[in-house]
Amino acid sequence: MLHYKTRKNDQVINLQAKAPFEVALEGGLLPAVNGAVIGVALNDKILYQSLEKQFNEKPHISPPKTPVLHIKTDNTHIGYGDAIRIPSDMGAVFAGPSLGIVIGKKACRVTEETALDYVQGYTIVNEVSLAETSFYRPAVKAKCRDTFCPIGPWVMDATDLDSPQNLAIKTYINDTLCHETSSNQMIHSIEQVIAYISSFITLEVGDMIIAGTPLRTESLEINTGDVVMVEIEKIGRLVNPVVAE
Amino acid sequence: MKRARILFNEETLNVTINNEGKVVTEKGTVLEEGSFTWLPPCEGKAFVLAINYADHAAELSFKAPDEPLVFLKSSNTLIGHNQKTYQPDNIDFMHYECELVVVIGKEAKNVALEDAMDYVGGYTVGNDYAIRDYLENYYRPNLRVKSRDTCTPIGPYIIDAAEIPDPHNLAIRTYINGELKQEGSTKDLIFNVPYLVSYLSNIMTLTPGDMIFTGTPEGLAHVYPGDEVIVEVEGVGRLKNTIISETDYLNSL
Repeated sequence: MLHYKTRKNDQVINLQAKAPFEVALEGGLLPAVNGAVIGVALNDKILYQSLEKQFNEKPHISPPKTPVLHIKTDNTHIGYGDAIRIPSDMGAVFAGPSLGIVIGKKACRVTEETALDYVQGYTIVNEVSLAETSFYRPAVKAKCRDTFCPIGPWVMDATDLDSPQNLAIKTYINDTLCHETSSNQMIHSIEQVIAYISSFITLEVGDMIIAGTPLRTESLEINTGDVVMVEIEKIGRLVNPVVAE
Repeated sequence: MKRARILFNEETLNVTINNEGKVVTEKGTVLEEGSFTWLPPCEGKAFVLAINYADHAAELSFKAPDEPLVFLKSSNTLIGHNQKTYQPDNIDFMHYECELVVVIGKEAKNVALEDAMDYVGGYTVGNDYAIRDYLENYYRPNLRVKSRDTCTPIGPYIIDAAEIPDPHNLAIRTYINGELKQEGSTKDLIFNVPYLVSYLSNIMTLTPGDMIFTGTPEGLAHVYPGDEVIVEVEGVGRLKNTIISETDYLNSL
Protein backbone atom coordinates (compact mmCIF):
# COMPACT_ATOMS: atom_id res chain seq x y z
CA MET A 1 0.00 0.00 0.00
CA LEU A 2 1.14 3.55 -0.78
CA HIS A 3 0.27 6.33 1.68
CA TYR A 4 0.28 9.93 0.52
CA LYS A 5 -1.02 13.31 1.63
CA THR A 6 -2.78 16.13 -0.09
CA ARG A 7 -4.61 19.25 1.00
CA LYS A 8 -8.23 20.26 0.48
CA ASN A 9 -9.76 23.44 1.94
CA ASP A 10 -6.73 23.81 4.23
CA GLN A 11 -7.23 20.33 5.65
CA VAL A 12 -4.54 17.66 5.29
CA ILE A 13 -6.06 14.55 3.77
CA ASN A 14 -4.37 11.16 4.14
CA LEU A 15 -4.95 8.89 1.16
CA GLN A 16 -3.95 5.40 0.11
CA ALA A 17 -3.37 3.70 -3.20
CA LYS A 18 -2.56 0.15 -4.18
CA ALA A 19 -0.49 1.08 -7.20
CA PRO A 20 1.50 4.14 -8.32
CA PHE A 21 -0.72 4.84 -11.33
CA GLU A 22 -3.69 5.38 -9.01
CA VAL A 23 -2.08 8.56 -7.68
CA ALA A 24 -2.35 11.79 -9.67
CA LEU A 25 1.16 13.17 -9.67
CA GLU A 26 0.47 16.52 -11.30
CA GLY A 27 1.10 18.31 -8.03
CA GLY A 28 -0.60 19.18 -4.79
CA LEU A 29 1.05 16.35 -2.89
CA LEU A 30 2.35 17.22 0.57
CA PRO A 31 5.54 15.79 2.08
CA ALA A 32 4.77 12.11 2.63
CA VAL A 33 5.54 12.36 6.35
CA ASN A 34 5.00 15.11 8.91
CA GLY A 35 7.18 14.22 11.89
CA ALA A 36 10.77 14.94 12.79
CA VAL A 37 13.32 14.21 10.08
CA ILE A 38 16.75 13.04 11.20
CA GLY A 39 19.60 12.49 8.78
CA VAL A 40 22.48 10.08 9.25
CA ALA A 41 25.59 11.86 7.97
CA LEU A 42 28.66 10.01 6.68
CA ASN A 43 26.63 6.81 6.24
CA ASP A 44 27.66 6.10 2.66
CA LYS A 45 30.68 3.90 1.95
CA ILE A 46 32.12 5.97 -0.92
CA LEU A 47 31.58 9.25 0.92
CA TYR A 48 33.20 7.80 4.02
CA GLN A 49 36.17 6.44 2.10
CA SER A 50 36.70 9.83 0.49
CA LEU A 51 37.13 11.37 3.95
CA GLU A 52 39.08 8.59 5.63
CA LYS A 53 42.41 10.36 5.30
CA GLN A 54 40.96 13.58 6.78
CA PHE A 55 39.44 11.67 9.69
CA ASN A 56 42.86 10.51 10.77
CA GLU A 57 44.44 13.96 10.57
CA LYS A 58 43.98 17.03 12.77
CA PRO A 59 41.57 18.30 13.96
CA HIS A 60 39.63 15.03 13.81
CA ILE A 61 42.47 12.64 14.76
CA SER A 62 40.13 9.65 14.67
CA PRO A 63 37.07 8.65 12.63
CA PRO A 64 33.65 9.22 14.22
CA LYS A 65 32.87 6.63 16.88
CA THR A 66 29.10 6.70 16.42
CA PRO A 67 26.72 7.64 13.59
CA VAL A 68 26.70 11.42 13.10
CA LEU A 69 23.17 12.80 13.02
CA HIS A 70 21.62 16.02 11.80
CA ILE A 71 18.12 17.48 11.62
CA LYS A 72 16.18 18.64 8.57
CA THR A 73 13.77 21.19 10.07
CA ASP A 74 10.16 21.31 8.88
CA ASN A 75 10.69 24.45 6.76
CA THR A 76 12.79 22.23 4.48
CA HIS A 77 10.08 19.63 3.84
CA ILE A 78 8.22 19.82 0.54
CA GLY A 79 6.17 17.36 -1.48
CA TYR A 80 6.34 15.82 -4.93
CA GLY A 81 6.33 18.49 -7.65
CA ASP A 82 7.04 21.44 -5.37
CA ALA A 83 9.94 23.70 -6.30
CA ILE A 84 13.32 23.49 -4.64
CA ARG A 85 14.34 27.14 -4.18
CA ILE A 86 18.08 27.70 -4.32
CA PRO A 87 20.07 30.81 -3.39
CA SER A 88 22.15 32.42 -6.11
CA ASP A 89 25.05 33.57 -3.97
CA MET A 90 25.93 30.59 -1.80
CA GLY A 91 27.86 28.41 -4.23
CA ALA A 92 26.93 25.03 -5.65
CA VAL A 93 23.80 23.20 -4.52
CA PHE A 94 23.61 19.41 -4.61
CA ALA A 95 20.85 16.84 -4.70
CA GLY A 96 21.07 14.20 -1.95
CA PRO A 97 19.26 11.01 -3.00
CA SER A 98 18.39 8.72 -0.11
CA LEU A 99 16.03 6.11 1.16
CA GLY A 100 13.68 7.50 3.84
CA ILE A 101 12.82 5.19 6.74
CA VAL A 102 9.39 6.03 8.20
CA ILE A 103 8.60 5.12 11.79
CA GLY A 104 5.29 3.31 12.37
CA LYS A 105 5.18 3.01 16.16
CA LYS A 106 6.78 4.78 19.08
CA ALA A 107 10.37 3.54 19.33
CA CYS A 108 12.31 3.98 22.56
CA ARG A 109 15.42 1.87 23.13
CA VAL A 110 14.68 -0.78 20.58
CA THR A 111 17.20 -3.51 19.77
CA GLU A 112 18.62 -4.19 16.33
CA GLU A 113 16.76 -7.51 16.34
CA THR A 114 13.36 -5.82 16.71
CA ALA A 115 14.13 -2.54 14.92
CA LEU A 116 12.29 -3.38 11.70
CA ASP A 117 9.07 -3.93 13.66
CA TYR A 118 9.02 -0.17 14.21
CA VAL A 119 9.18 0.73 10.53
CA GLN A 120 5.92 1.62 8.81
CA GLY A 121 7.53 1.85 5.41
CA TYR A 122 9.90 3.61 3.08
CA THR A 123 9.88 6.73 0.98
CA ILE A 124 12.20 8.76 -1.24
CA VAL A 125 14.13 11.75 0.02
CA ASN A 126 16.13 14.39 -1.76
CA GLU A 127 18.33 15.78 1.00
CA VAL A 128 19.41 18.95 -0.79
CA SER A 129 22.50 20.72 0.55
CA LEU A 130 24.94 23.46 -0.16
CA ALA A 131 28.54 22.32 -0.41
CA GLU A 132 29.84 21.63 3.08
CA THR A 133 33.28 22.99 3.71
CA SER A 134 33.58 21.20 7.02
CA PHE A 135 32.22 17.94 8.34
CA TYR A 136 32.83 18.99 11.90
CA ARG A 137 30.56 22.01 12.04
CA PRO A 138 26.78 22.02 12.39
CA ALA A 139 25.09 21.73 9.04
CA VAL A 140 22.27 24.24 9.59
CA LYS A 141 23.34 26.79 7.00
CA ALA A 142 23.97 24.19 4.31
CA LYS A 143 21.03 21.90 4.95
CA CYS A 144 18.14 23.72 6.62
CA ARG A 145 17.20 26.22 3.95
CA ASP A 146 13.50 26.41 3.00
CA THR A 147 12.49 23.65 0.50
CA PHE A 148 15.76 21.72 0.88
CA CYS A 149 14.09 18.40 1.66
CA PRO A 150 11.59 16.99 -0.84
CA ILE A 151 9.93 13.84 0.58
CA GLY A 152 7.59 11.52 -1.28
CA PRO A 153 5.58 10.98 -3.32
CA TRP A 154 4.33 8.37 -0.86
CA VAL A 155 5.30 5.95 1.87
CA MET A 156 5.34 2.35 0.71
CA ASP A 157 4.44 -0.19 3.40
CA ALA A 158 7.45 -2.15 4.62
CA THR A 159 5.52 -5.38 4.01
CA ASP A 160 5.53 -4.60 0.27
CA LEU A 161 9.34 -4.60 0.10
CA ASP A 162 11.40 -7.75 0.41
CA SER A 163 14.76 -6.11 0.91
CA PRO A 164 15.00 -2.38 1.63
CA GLN A 165 18.74 -2.76 2.04
CA ASN A 166 19.38 -3.59 -1.62
CA LEU A 167 17.51 -1.08 -3.79
CA ALA A 168 18.96 0.83 -6.74
CA ILE A 169 18.85 4.62 -6.25
CA LYS A 170 19.10 6.72 -9.42
CA THR A 171 19.18 10.48 -9.81
CA TYR A 172 18.11 12.12 -13.06
CA ILE A 173 18.59 15.78 -13.85
CA ASN A 174 16.48 16.91 -16.81
CA ASP A 175 15.80 13.28 -17.69
CA THR A 176 19.50 12.42 -17.88
CA LEU A 177 20.74 9.74 -15.52
CA CYS A 178 23.46 11.52 -13.54
CA HIS A 179 24.11 9.34 -10.54
CA GLU A 180 23.59 5.77 -9.41
CA THR A 181 23.93 4.24 -5.99
CA SER A 182 22.17 1.64 -3.87
CA SER A 183 20.75 1.32 -0.39
CA ASN A 184 23.39 -1.42 0.09
CA GLN A 185 25.99 1.35 0.44
CA MET A 186 24.98 2.16 4.02
CA ILE A 187 27.74 1.81 6.61
CA HIS A 188 25.26 1.45 9.47
CA SER A 189 22.28 -0.70 8.45
CA ILE A 190 18.64 0.31 8.85
CA GLU A 191 18.41 -1.82 12.00
CA GLN A 192 21.58 -0.33 13.47
CA VAL A 193 20.49 3.22 12.75
CA ILE A 194 17.07 2.77 14.38
CA ALA A 195 18.57 1.05 17.42
CA TYR A 196 21.22 3.74 17.82
CA ILE A 197 18.89 6.74 17.47
CA SER A 198 16.21 5.24 19.69
CA SER A 199 18.78 4.70 22.45
CA PHE A 200 18.46 8.40 23.28
CA ILE A 201 15.74 9.86 21.05
CA THR A 202 12.22 8.49 21.34
CA LEU A 203 11.04 8.22 17.74
CA GLU A 204 7.35 8.93 17.21
CA VAL A 205 4.94 7.69 14.55
CA GLY A 206 5.57 9.64 11.35
CA ASP A 207 9.17 10.53 12.15
CA MET A 208 11.59 9.76 9.36
CA ILE A 209 15.27 8.87 9.14
CA ILE A 210 17.27 9.80 6.06
CA ALA A 211 19.35 6.65 5.68
CA GLY A 212 22.40 8.24 4.08
CA THR A 213 23.34 10.46 1.17
CA PRO A 214 26.23 9.85 -1.25
CA LEU A 215 29.31 11.92 -1.91
CA ARG A 216 28.16 15.17 -3.57
CA THR A 217 30.17 15.47 -6.72
CA GLU A 218 29.44 17.61 -9.78
CA SER A 219 27.12 14.89 -11.07
CA LEU A 220 24.61 15.80 -8.35
CA GLU A 221 24.82 19.58 -8.76
CA ILE A 222 21.46 21.21 -9.44
CA ASN A 223 20.78 24.63 -10.93
CA THR A 224 17.87 26.96 -11.52
CA GLY A 225 15.68 25.64 -14.34
CA ASP A 226 16.55 21.98 -13.75
CA VAL A 227 14.10 19.25 -12.94
CA VAL A 228 15.56 16.71 -10.54
CA MET A 229 14.20 13.20 -10.12
CA VAL A 230 15.26 10.63 -7.56
CA GLU A 231 14.15 7.10 -8.34
CA ILE A 232 14.34 4.24 -5.88
CA GLU A 233 13.77 0.78 -7.27
CA LYS A 234 10.32 -0.61 -6.40
CA ILE A 235 9.34 2.53 -4.42
CA GLY A 236 8.89 5.16 -7.12
CA ARG A 237 10.10 8.52 -8.34
CA LEU A 238 10.32 11.87 -6.58
CA VAL A 239 10.33 14.79 -9.02
CA ASN A 240 10.97 18.46 -8.17
CA PRO A 241 11.76 21.51 -10.32
CA VAL A 242 14.56 23.83 -9.24
CA VAL A 243 13.97 27.60 -9.15
CA ALA A 244 15.85 30.63 -7.87
CA GLU A 245 15.08 31.61 -4.28
CA MET B 1 1.90 38.83 30.05
CA LYS B 2 3.33 35.40 30.93
CA ARG B 3 2.06 32.48 28.91
CA ALA B 4 2.56 28.76 29.52
CA ARG B 5 1.32 25.37 28.44
CA ILE B 6 0.29 22.71 30.91
CA LEU B 7 -1.15 19.23 30.99
CA PHE B 8 -4.27 19.22 33.14
CA ASN B 9 -6.61 16.21 33.31
CA GLU B 10 -4.79 14.77 30.29
CA GLU B 11 -5.56 17.87 28.24
CA THR B 12 -3.03 20.40 26.95
CA LEU B 13 -4.06 23.90 28.01
CA ASN B 14 -2.74 27.34 27.14
CA VAL B 15 -2.63 29.31 30.37
CA THR B 16 -1.37 32.60 31.78
CA ILE B 17 0.48 33.34 35.00
CA ASN B 18 -1.05 35.96 37.32
CA ASN B 19 0.73 38.47 39.56
CA GLU B 20 0.92 35.94 42.40
CA GLY B 21 2.69 33.48 40.09
CA LYS B 22 -0.37 31.23 39.88
CA VAL B 23 -1.52 29.48 36.74
CA VAL B 24 -4.84 30.74 35.35
CA THR B 25 -6.80 28.85 32.68
CA GLU B 26 -8.52 30.53 29.73
CA LYS B 27 -11.79 30.16 31.68
CA GLY B 28 -10.28 32.07 34.63
CA THR B 29 -9.77 29.11 36.99
CA VAL B 30 -6.69 29.41 39.23
CA LEU B 31 -4.83 26.09 39.49
CA GLU B 32 -2.69 25.00 42.44
CA GLU B 33 0.91 23.89 41.78
CA GLY B 34 0.99 20.11 41.79
CA SER B 35 -2.45 19.72 40.20
CA PHE B 36 -1.00 19.94 36.68
CA THR B 37 2.18 19.21 34.72
CA TRP B 38 4.21 22.00 33.14
CA LEU B 39 4.90 21.52 29.43
CA PRO B 40 7.48 23.33 27.30
CA PRO B 41 5.87 26.75 26.69
CA CYS B 42 6.38 26.66 22.93
CA GLU B 43 6.54 24.32 19.98
CA GLY B 44 8.85 24.97 17.06
CA LYS B 45 12.37 24.65 15.82
CA ALA B 46 14.94 24.73 18.63
CA PHE B 47 18.21 26.44 17.71
CA VAL B 48 21.11 26.38 20.10
CA LEU B 49 24.18 28.59 20.14
CA ALA B 50 27.43 26.88 20.95
CA ILE B 51 30.12 29.03 22.52
CA ASN B 52 28.29 32.35 22.49
CA TYR B 53 30.01 33.75 25.59
CA ALA B 54 33.72 34.54 25.33
CA ASP B 55 34.41 33.32 28.88
CA HIS B 56 32.71 29.98 28.15
CA ALA B 57 34.80 29.63 24.99
CA ALA B 58 37.93 30.12 27.10
CA GLU B 59 36.65 27.59 29.65
CA LEU B 60 36.34 24.98 26.88
CA SER B 61 39.65 26.05 25.30
CA PHE B 62 37.99 27.29 22.13
CA LYS B 63 38.60 30.42 20.18
CA ALA B 64 35.44 32.52 19.97
CA PRO B 65 33.72 31.87 16.63
CA ASP B 66 33.51 34.55 13.93
CA GLU B 67 30.08 33.33 12.80
CA PRO B 68 27.30 32.01 15.06
CA LEU B 69 27.85 28.31 15.73
CA VAL B 70 24.27 27.08 15.60
CA PHE B 71 22.97 23.56 16.00
CA LEU B 72 19.48 22.10 16.33
CA LYS B 73 17.64 19.99 18.83
CA SER B 74 14.70 17.74 18.07
CA SER B 75 11.51 18.08 20.08
CA ASN B 76 11.96 14.83 22.03
CA THR B 77 14.51 16.54 24.25
CA LEU B 78 12.27 19.36 25.50
CA ILE B 79 10.55 19.04 28.88
CA GLY B 80 8.74 21.58 31.08
CA HIS B 81 9.32 23.10 34.51
CA ASN B 82 9.58 20.81 37.57
CA GLN B 83 10.29 17.73 35.42
CA LYS B 84 13.04 15.12 35.59
CA THR B 85 16.12 14.71 33.41
CA TYR B 86 17.83 11.36 33.41
CA GLN B 87 21.55 10.86 33.57
CA PRO B 88 22.83 7.95 31.46
CA ASP B 89 24.69 5.25 33.39
CA ASN B 90 28.46 5.18 33.28
CA ILE B 91 29.15 8.78 32.33
CA ASP B 92 31.28 11.34 34.18
CA PHE B 93 30.57 14.70 32.59
CA MET B 94 26.97 15.90 32.64
CA HIS B 95 26.78 19.68 32.71
CA TYR B 96 23.83 22.08 32.96
CA GLU B 97 23.82 25.22 30.84
CA CYS B 98 21.59 28.10 31.88
CA GLU B 99 20.41 30.08 28.86
CA LEU B 100 18.16 32.95 27.85
CA VAL B 101 15.79 31.58 25.19
CA VAL B 102 14.36 33.92 22.55
CA VAL B 103 10.91 32.94 21.27
CA ILE B 104 9.94 34.05 17.77
CA GLY B 105 6.62 35.91 17.63
CA LYS B 106 5.92 36.24 13.92
CA GLU B 107 7.12 34.76 10.64
CA ALA B 108 10.59 36.04 9.85
CA LYS B 109 12.45 35.69 6.55
CA ASN B 110 15.44 37.80 5.47
CA VAL B 111 14.97 40.21 8.36
CA ALA B 112 17.36 43.16 8.58
CA LEU B 113 19.36 43.65 11.77
CA GLU B 114 17.56 46.88 12.65
CA ASP B 115 14.11 45.25 12.33
CA ALA B 116 15.00 41.98 14.06
CA MET B 117 13.63 42.79 17.52
CA ASP B 118 10.14 43.25 16.01
CA TYR B 119 10.10 39.48 15.42
CA VAL B 120 10.83 38.52 19.03
CA GLY B 121 7.60 37.49 20.74
CA GLY B 122 9.07 36.86 24.16
CA TYR B 123 11.65 35.13 26.29
CA THR B 124 11.93 32.06 28.45
CA VAL B 125 14.61 30.12 30.31
CA GLY B 126 16.36 27.00 29.05
CA ASN B 127 18.68 24.44 30.55
CA ASP B 128 20.73 22.89 27.77
CA TYR B 129 22.23 19.83 29.49
CA ALA B 130 25.21 18.27 27.74
CA ILE B 131 26.67 14.81 28.27
CA ARG B 132 30.24 15.72 27.43
CA ASP B 133 31.42 12.12 27.59
CA TYR B 134 29.70 11.68 24.21
CA LEU B 135 31.15 14.80 22.64
CA GLU B 136 33.23 14.05 19.60
CA ASN B 137 34.35 17.63 19.19
CA TYR B 138 35.14 17.46 15.56
CA TYR B 139 31.97 15.70 14.44
CA ARG B 140 29.44 18.43 15.14
CA PRO B 141 27.64 18.86 18.45
CA ASN B 142 26.19 15.39 18.12
CA LEU B 143 22.55 14.75 19.00
CA ARG B 144 23.68 12.12 21.51
CA VAL B 145 25.25 14.93 23.54
CA LYS B 146 22.51 17.53 23.19
CA SER B 147 19.23 16.17 21.91
CA ARG B 148 18.57 13.32 24.28
CA ASP B 149 15.13 12.56 25.73
CA THR B 150 14.48 14.81 28.81
CA CYS B 151 17.76 16.72 28.41
CA THR B 152 16.40 20.21 27.70
CA PRO B 153 14.12 21.71 30.34
CA ILE B 154 12.50 24.94 29.13
CA GLY B 155 10.06 27.37 30.77
CA PRO B 156 8.21 27.74 33.02
CA TYR B 157 6.54 30.36 30.80
CA ILE B 158 7.14 32.88 28.02
CA ILE B 159 7.27 36.47 29.15
CA ASP B 160 6.27 39.00 26.47
CA ALA B 161 9.17 40.81 24.83
CA ALA B 162 7.64 44.17 25.81
CA GLU B 163 8.30 43.35 29.47
CA ILE B 164 12.04 42.88 28.90
CA PRO B 165 13.21 46.24 27.55
CA ASP B 166 16.88 45.19 27.44
CA PRO B 167 17.58 41.48 26.94
CA HIS B 168 21.31 42.26 26.94
CA ASN B 169 21.69 43.08 30.59
CA LEU B 170 20.16 40.16 32.47
CA ALA B 171 21.88 38.16 35.18
CA ILE B 172 22.12 34.41 34.53
CA ARG B 173 22.42 32.04 37.48
CA THR B 174 22.44 28.32 38.15
CA TYR B 175 21.94 26.76 41.57
CA ILE B 176 22.56 23.12 42.43
CA ASN B 177 20.75 22.07 45.60
CA GLY B 178 20.44 25.74 46.53
CA GLU B 179 24.12 26.57 46.01
CA LEU B 180 25.03 29.20 43.40
CA LYS B 181 27.28 27.52 40.80
CA GLN B 182 27.11 29.67 37.68
CA GLU B 183 26.75 33.42 37.34
CA GLY B 184 27.03 35.58 34.25
CA SER B 185 25.20 38.23 32.30
CA THR B 186 23.63 38.39 28.85
CA LYS B 187 25.67 41.56 28.30
CA ASP B 188 28.55 39.20 27.46
CA LEU B 189 26.80 37.51 24.52
CA ILE B 190 29.13 37.38 21.51
CA PHE B 191 26.23 37.41 19.03
CA ASN B 192 23.27 39.32 20.50
CA VAL B 193 19.53 38.74 20.09
CA PRO B 194 18.88 40.87 16.97
CA TYR B 195 21.98 39.48 15.29
CA LEU B 196 20.84 35.89 15.86
CA VAL B 197 17.27 36.53 14.66
CA SER B 198 18.52 38.29 11.53
CA TYR B 199 21.23 35.67 10.87
CA LEU B 200 18.88 32.69 11.14
CA SER B 201 16.10 34.40 9.16
CA ASN B 202 18.56 34.86 6.31
CA ILE B 203 19.11 31.10 6.22
CA MET B 204 15.49 30.00 6.57
CA THR B 205 11.97 31.09 7.46
CA LEU B 206 11.43 31.38 11.20
CA THR B 207 7.90 30.80 12.49
CA PRO B 208 6.10 31.71 15.73
CA GLY B 209 7.18 29.41 18.55
CA ASP B 210 10.69 28.84 17.21
CA MET B 211 13.26 29.03 20.01
CA ILE B 212 16.79 30.35 20.05
CA PHE B 213 18.87 29.15 23.01
CA THR B 214 21.46 31.90 23.20
CA GLY B 215 24.31 30.04 24.88
CA THR B 216 25.74 29.85 28.37
CA PRO B 217 28.45 31.75 30.29
CA GLU B 218 31.25 30.07 32.22
CA GLY B 219 30.61 28.15 35.41
CA LEU B 220 30.15 24.53 34.43
CA ALA B 221 29.84 21.90 37.13
CA HIS B 222 28.87 18.26 37.22
CA VAL B 223 25.41 17.13 38.26
CA TYR B 224 24.38 13.79 39.74
CA PRO B 225 21.14 11.87 40.30
CA GLY B 226 19.21 13.46 43.14
CA ASP B 227 20.43 16.97 42.40
CA GLU B 228 17.91 19.76 42.14
CA VAL B 229 18.99 22.24 39.50
CA ILE B 230 17.54 25.74 39.17
CA VAL B 231 18.44 27.93 36.21
CA GLU B 232 17.40 31.55 36.39
CA VAL B 233 17.45 34.50 34.04
CA GLU B 234 16.85 37.81 35.80
CA GLY B 235 13.37 39.14 35.11
CA VAL B 236 12.51 36.21 32.84
CA GLY B 237 12.03 33.29 35.20
CA ARG B 238 13.32 30.41 37.31
CA LEU B 239 13.24 26.90 35.90
CA LYS B 240 13.59 23.96 38.27
CA ASN B 241 14.47 20.40 37.36
CA THR B 242 15.74 17.24 39.05
CA ILE B 243 18.34 14.72 37.90
CA ILE B 244 17.41 11.04 38.15
CA SER B 245 19.29 7.86 37.31
CA GLU B 246 18.77 6.01 34.07
CA THR B 247 17.32 3.07 36.00
CA ASP B 248 14.73 5.27 37.70
CA TYR B 249 13.90 6.83 34.37
CA LEU B 250 13.38 3.49 32.64
CA ASN B 251 11.23 2.30 35.53
CA SER B 252 9.09 5.42 35.16
CA LEU B 253 8.24 4.72 31.50
